[in-house]
Amino acid sequence: MAVTVLGAATLLTVVVLVFIIAFVLVKGLPGVTWEFLSSAPKDMGKAGGIFPTLVGTVLLPLLAIAIALPLGVGTAVYLTEYTRENQLTRALRFGTDCLAGIPSIIFGLFGFIFFVVMLKMGWCLLSGALTLAIMVLPTIIRTSEEAIRSVPNAYREVSFSLGATRWETVLKVVLPNALPGIVTGMILGIGRSIGETAAVIFTAGSSLRMPMSVFDSVRTMSVHFYILAREGISNENAYATAAVLIISVLLINLVAYSMMHRFIAKRSK
Amino acid sequence: MRLNCETVAKGVLTVVAFSALASLLLIAVFIFKEGLPFMLKVGLRDFLFSSTWNPQVGQFGIYPMIVSSLYVTFGAMVIGAPLGIAGAIFMNEFLPRSVMRIIKPTIELLAGIPSVVFGFLGVMVLAPFIRAHLGGPGLSVLAASVILGIMVLPTVISISTDAIGAVPNSYREGALALGATRWQSVHMVTIKAARSGIIASIILAMGRALGETMAVIMVAGNTVKVPHAVTDPVRTLTANIALEMANATGMAREALFATGVVLFVVIMILNAVAMSAIKGRGNK
Repeated sequence: MAVTVLGAATLLTVVVLVFIIAFVLVKGLPGVTWEFLSSAPKDMGKAGGIFPTLVGTVLLPLLAIAIALPLGVGTAVYLTEYTRENQLTRALRFGTDCLAGIPSIIFGLFGFIFFVVMLKMGWCLLSGALTLAIMVLPTIIRTSEEAIRSVPNAYREVSFSLGATRWETVLKVVLPNALPGIVTGMILGIGRSIGETAAVIFTAGSSLRMPMSVFDSVRTMSVHFYILAREGISNENAYATAAVLIISVLLINLVAYSMMHRFIAKRSK
Repeated sequence: MRLNCETVAKGVLTVVAFSALASLLLIAVFIFKEGLPFMLKVGLRDFLFSSTWNPQVGQFGIYPMIVSSLYVTFGAMVIGAPLGIAGAIFMNEFLPRSVMRIIKPTIELLAGIPSVVFGFLGVMVLAPFIRAHLGGPGLSVLAASVILGIMVLPTVISISTDAIGAVPNSYREGALALGATRWQSVHMVTIKAARSGIIASIILAMGRALGETMAVIMVAGNTVKVPHAVTDPVRTLTANIALEMANATGMAREALFATGVVLFVVIMILNAVAMSAIKGRGNK
């Protein structure tokens, strides 16, 4: 009896999820034409396409990852290869965990006051990317750390026995073997950045022009979708943008998960 | 030559490793730097407990927003926590592993859907439904609670699943050996053992619900008023920050940062409590 209730609850959760995805795709896919994807918006988004936002949605997370990846992997390497568990590592991990729990609006506030206002960078790709990089940093650190930890110690020992230094071992043995896990973390980070709206609006702005440099403001798809929906500009375009958003996020998550599974399967052989 | 490379590498890595901690401190410093002077100027009591929010004339009471955030978060937990915990229990204890391997990633996909999409669906599907059947404008505490409840489901499910999965099999076997039925062993033994992890998942989910901005802006109605019914439109703390930020200057901007300080502190406390509960359990 109780089991049926529990089963019903689980079923409800799955049904809701499937409904959300199906609803958006059904209402949005008809609007996703090649023209839609490749032309610029007209009339503040009422007509035309979403090409500049596609560019923004690709450039912003990529730039953010480019900043976060070296920092995150470096942190993970330091925590696993160069230190033993002590006060310092606990403090660093605590910092990472806390950073992970901060809501995106606070990141938006910080990015705004620090990058846009104080450093006078204005609303631009760079401000947005730096803010997103900090948001994504804990994810990169956690997944990289797991990936590095899963490299068998035997590999390191053989490398040392052949005369390699610690840094050489890290660079030539540990990191190449941890690469799939690190890439998974990178992909998850990109996925998260694509859906991020609050932090992006306050730092990258919402210009509909094509960005020509990192100091240009951009509008990402999620920001565009939000503006379309809230200002009631165009429901069809909103649904279509949402459909593109959802498909991108789903694809990215699928890729990340299948990589993770292959990585785990290879490891456990 | 080699040794030089080695020390340089170690030095660089040490500096890099502080990037997360440094970012955290930077964020805390700047948010507090912008928000704290305001709170001291206006007085904590006036800021937190006055009901008038009218930045143009210098009124900065955020009481209605605090109450609204609390109601919406509470509502989200009422919906999300039972569903999530039930789902976690069912998946872990009563579902064959093969099925679970399909369903678990599916639910984690929920976590990847951008919050603005949830908000939009709330506006297009949920709000008209509420307006038609329960009255009011539709954009309301109820709508926000339902949408937020769905959004926190993945958090509750995944952390509760971890907690339940960490209960040693010997506990279950012991209960069954003593004659308990499957369900009895689950609710009298396994859940009790996983209790701290499950509570941690709820606290973490509360933090997420409190901090959610975009979805709430779209479905909660954004009226600055203390709600008297679940069908009343409200504005949460996060929505207040996001909506007013674009046009805020001077003291109004400082007020929004002060709101950010309040949010930051509360959510940090919630997360710290939840994480110590999770880690404490692991050390037993």
